[in-house]
Amino acid sequence: MCLGIPGQIIEIVDDINHIAKVEVSGVRRNVNIGVVRDEGIAPGDWVLIHVGFAMSKLDEHEAAETLKLLYGMDAAYTDELNMLYGSEIE
Amino acid sequence: MKYVDEYRDPALAQRISAEIGKLSAGRPLKMMEVCGGHTHTIYKHGIEDVLPPNIDLIHGPGCPVCVLPMGRVDDAIAIARTEGVIFTTFGDMMRVPGSNGSLLDAKAAGADVRFVYSPLDALKLARQNPSREVVFFAIGFETTAPSTAITLLRAQAEGIRNFSVFCNHVTIIPALKAILDSPDLRLDGFVGPGHVSMVIGMRPYTFITRDHHKPIVIAGFEPLDIIQSVYMIVQQISEGRAEVENQYARVVRPEGNVKALEAMARTMELRPYFEWRGLGFITHSALKLRREYALWDAELRFEVPGIRVADPKACQCGEVLKGVIKPWECKVFGTACTPETPIGTCMVSSEGACAAYYNYGRFSMAAERAHLPTINLQPATQAQH
Repeated sequence: MCLGIPGQIIEIVDDINHIAKVEVSGVRRNVNIGVVRDEGIAPGDWVLIHVGFAMSKLDEHEAAETLKLLYGMDAAYTDELNMLYGSEIE
Repeated sequence: MKYVDEYRDPALAQRISAEIGKLSAGRPLKMMEVCGGHTHTIYKHGIEDVLPPNIDLIHGPGCPVCVLPMGRVDDAIAIARTEGVIFTTFGDMMRVPGSNGSLLDAKAAGADVRFVYSPLDALKLARQNPSREVVFFAIGFETTAPSTAITLLRAQAEGIRNFSVFCNHVTIIPALKAILDSPDLRLDGFVGPGHVSMVIGMRPYTFITRDHHKPIVIAGFEPLDIIQSVYMIVQQISEGRAEVENQYARVVRPEGNVKALEAMARTMELRPYFEWRGLGFITHSALKLRREYALWDAELRFEVPGIRVADPKACQCGEVLKGVIKPWECKVFGTACTPETPIGTCMVSSEGACAAYYNYGRFSMAAERAHLPTINLQPATQAQH
């Protein structure tokens, strides 16, 4: 829960509700980007996602290293990735 | 020292550790981390074995699953068993034992309990099931509280009335105050939580430096982030300083995330007090929904027993959470209490000190130094949840 998952912004899908499509390891899911929009969010940017919410912008290098760290983690963290894959946020 | 390019270099870890040894000159120093993610990293990467033996890392109450008292789990199960309810929860709450079974047991007995990844997934379930009551079991520190807050704002905006939140969000600062005020433990510094700080920023920690004259360094989650943070704490101590420093500047801004804090402030307010497992009742240490959001407050919409339940006698999660004992010093650790059949919360969540230690730390030098009794268990690499 406290580690977060890096994802890359693909497009903004709902401007009013601040929902963007992100790609995490080849899988595309919707997340809320409301609290990071002031930092300027555009397709190609990387964000750190906690329970369906982008909470921080990341640079690409940091995102890649964080993903590597996540993949090295035990079942609890791969479970979190699987939970994200099962998410259907609108 | 550079923060960006060098922190993943293993040879550098050894060099920094040697510097820590030199600066601390063998003086025993106790540092507490209050983030479950840090605890996990420390055990997973054997950081206690990399650091000089005079540095003692104490694992504080940084795992939200672990600090939730048994009575609240019972309340959750009571809501989940209510006719017509779809009860939604993060996966790691499922197996936490209440006084009479877990949510998983309630599900097996017929309650409609579902995993969700996000509160927004719970809200979607409410849209899809207008004839059912969808309740979201909200847990976590300030890292996840904003997501609950924003979900509430959206439920309100869309007028979704069959959605509600069972709010158990806790706040880190009062817990740190309680630990600093406790006579049980003398600490020399804190490794500050990375992603809680991403939301609350650096300023809330100033009481630690101002009133208690202890250093705190906000740390990232890589092994080298933690080692470097320990170095920064030791450096402060050796120079007689006590400051809030930020090792995780690549994610944590000094002011935190203002938008996230605003969403929390609009929807939630501090409870007068809240019970923490192991720490007891702490003033202003948890959040509840504001009166304006009473429509979405599961505690008002459902009958909850609200009864305080004492932990099982054999379980010493309380002492573990306060850092008074190490996981392996608990009487039931690794015997009656394992990740497969947990008695206490610290063994349930992968962010709990006992589960992290059970999975990775049992064969460490730190454990050997503490004369860990031999227990007959599977190899650490195979221990799973």
